[in-house]
Amino acid sequence: MLNKHTKIIVAGFGGQGVVLAGNILARSAVMEDKHVTGMVSYGAEMRGGTANSTVIISDSKIASPFVVTPDVAIILNQPSLDRFEPLIVKNGLAVINTSLVSQSGSRDDIERVNIEASDIANSLGNKRTANIVILGAFIKKTNLLKPESVISAIEELFSSKKPALVEVNIKAFNAGLDGVK
Amino acid sequence: MKFKKPESLYDRNTHYCPGCGHGIVHRIIGEVIDELGIREETIGTAPVGCAVLLYDYFNFDVIECAHGRPPAVATAMKRIHPDKIVFTYQGDGDLAAIGTAEMIHAANRGENFTTIFVNNAIYGMTGGQMAPTTLVGQRTTTTQKGRDLIKQGPPLKVCELLSSLDGVAYLERVAVSTAKDSMKAKKAIKKAFQNQIDGKGYSLVEVLSMCPTDWKLSPAQAVGFVNDEMKKVFKPGVYKDTDVK
Amino acid sequence: MCQAAIEAGCRFFAGYPITPQNEVPEYMSSHLPEAGGIFIQAESELAAINMIFGASAAGVRCMTSSSSPGVSLKQEGISYIAAAELPCVIANMQRGGPGLGNIRASQGDYFQAVKGGGHGDYRIIVLAPSTLPEIYELTMAAFDYADHYRNPVLILGDGILGQMAEPIELKPYKPVVELPEKDYILDGCKGREPRIVKTLLLRPAEALVEFNEYLKVKYARIESELKLCEQYLTEDAELVVAAYGITARIAIDAIDAAREKGLKVGLIRPITLWPFPNEAFKEVVGRAKKFLVVEMSNGQFVDDVKLAIDCSRPVEFLGTGGGWYPTPEKIFEKIEAVYK
Repeated sequence: MLNKHTKIIVAGFGGQGVVLAGNILARSAVMEDKHVTGMVSYGAEMRGGTANSTVIISDSKIASPFVVTPDVAIILNQPSLDRFEPLIVKNGLAVINTSLVSQSGSRDDIERVNIEASDIANSLGNKRTANIVILGAFIKKTNLLKPESVISAIEELFSSKKPALVEVNIKAFNAGLDGVK
Repeated sequence: MKFKKPESLYDRNTHYCPGCGHGIVHRIIGEVIDELGIREETIGTAPVGCAVLLYDYFNFDVIECAHGRPPAVATAMKRIHPDKIVFTYQGDGDLAAIGTAEMIHAANRGENFTTIFVNNAIYGMTGGQMAPTTLVGQRTTTTQKGRDLIKQGPPLKVCELLSSLDGVAYLERVAVSTAKDSMKAKKAIKKAFQNQIDGKGYSLVEVLSMCPTDWKLSPAQAVGFVNDEMKKVFKPGVYKDTDVK
Repeated sequence: MCQAAIEAGCRFFAGYPITPQNEVPEYMSSHLPEAGGIFIQAESELAAINMIFGASAAGVRCMTSSSSPGVSLKQEGISYIAAAELPCVIANMQRGGPGLGNIRASQGDYFQAVKGGGHGDYRIIVLAPSTLPEIYELTMAAFDYADHYRNPVLILGDGILGQMAEPIELKPYKPVVELPEKDYILDGCKGREPRIVKTLLLRPAEALVEFNEYLKVKYARIESELKLCEQYLTEDAELVVAAYGITARIAIDAIDAAREKGLKVGLIRPITLWPFPNEAFKEVVGRAKKFLVVEMSNGQFVDDVKLAIDCSRPVEFLGTGGGWYPTPEKIFEKIEAVYK
């Protein structure tokens, strides 16, 4: 979309599943034979601190795995918006969980997709799936990856450890897809 | 008394000083290994200290270890070759000072190997410095007025220390200062090896031994020092035996 | 790295927890026993490396991993293992130092890795991967080089490589060098003469001199046989960037940007840090007007680059200490500044 690599950051509270969301994106990209790198950064706390996961997806070889200025920021809470919105490249994209972000940012040179990911997740009966809802919104907006790839990645990642959660996460993903016009 | 050289020992003169206890301990280990018929299955470890050259005397596989690390080396050896017989031969500096952590953790894991701990209350090879097991009042080159209870603390009692560890199968303190002591020592060492053969876990035999050179005593006086001084502080006996309920 | 190690036949791992490499012992603790191997969480780094000493003498392929402060503690054992000529693989996922430093990525252990680290006149082979697929390949090869030369091999990574994700194409293990028969293993002397593994050479007085002469020849042989290096756009480069590991990857982005602006910039990325690929530098030195060394330290690797070209060209330097990495933008700025 924006340049040869798509640099994505997923950011939120620790415990919101940003690492998992990054993992799912990376796995989906691998399934489509794309080049991928992924990195994780935690706050000092194991839970509740800010956490972010960065993924680069490309059709060509990726050299530096670092994401300093993301093309896309997937934002799960207010502190993450405050921190990462200023770094998004011009004409980049912010996908925002408006359930937990009340003050929208100040940039007028980026695109925004707003989705009440946490509310949607709650309505599905599992508030922890907000990360997956927001992935759905991101995929719908950008078509960067095929929804089928993401669903396969969800199946693969959950079926080994928590098979009971496969279904609700696929529902969450579809709800995210439907949440964007 | 048998005078035939055990097969587990080479027919060589040792470098040990006259009156040193290492030669006796070597002889006992050699006899025990012969009697158990395990010479070709045995892997010994050599410590840093006077006994570092023990591979010049023992007729089986030996690995020479860094100072204090034999229990770590033996742990790996025994885990990889559970059907072989692995033992560490360690002095007081090796086992009770620089290698205390390795010794305690191998013992606590209940590693199924045998330790022969030769306690002569001094650093021999480096020239008579204070050991962790040096007695209070004992003169060494680094405690020239004698070990001071306040400044250097009391001697470390290894058998007592290890007796609280659940992983340990067998602990006995013996001496080699008299013929009778040596017979007891042999019995204990044999049991420690037999325990390993039977898969019982960590066994350690502490051997009170003489170092006339660094004690600056004659061999006869050194025997007296073990019998009259060391045994008072380091009481011989069985400190743990999981066979005895 | 762990999958590669197990695939290459590693059957013994001992380690002590330290960030940022805890994923390694955690993985090994469950997967190595499944493969019939032995995992031990050691009570200390010293115990871990000495368990490796024992495991190697017992004849199995073995490995330990740690990060900077832990690797400092392992140096005693590494010296003994090198002296006893035992094969083993050690991984160092470097973090910021000195002291406890921080848990970010760093390349501050270059001197320790390449120039010795422990006491005495010994060398260890140092491999510096820059991608996860390369870690996979080099880990397998590390076991082969270790066995082939009977020498410790260090995989020098960093906290970034240790914690990033990248797809790896799993390949079956195939030795990259000839593997000699292990005639030093201690497993009881049944049917043979007793063997001794030792490093003390007191008598006669010349014994240690002779052993060191022997080691010198052995190390010279390794230097003549084992040098790995990648070159990127150096054919016409007037400025050659030198970087290893993760830093080289970052530098490639900067070099691509410089090329787009018409600057003739290339990259030499040593993969073996010892032996150092001097020849690659000598090869480009005729064309290159200048060198730029980028590393995540205040200047260690840069010394070897200067030596490789006999200081015949200016060597510029961009270093970041304290566990911070240079961004492509920073490297690009430096390239523009020094390119004349």
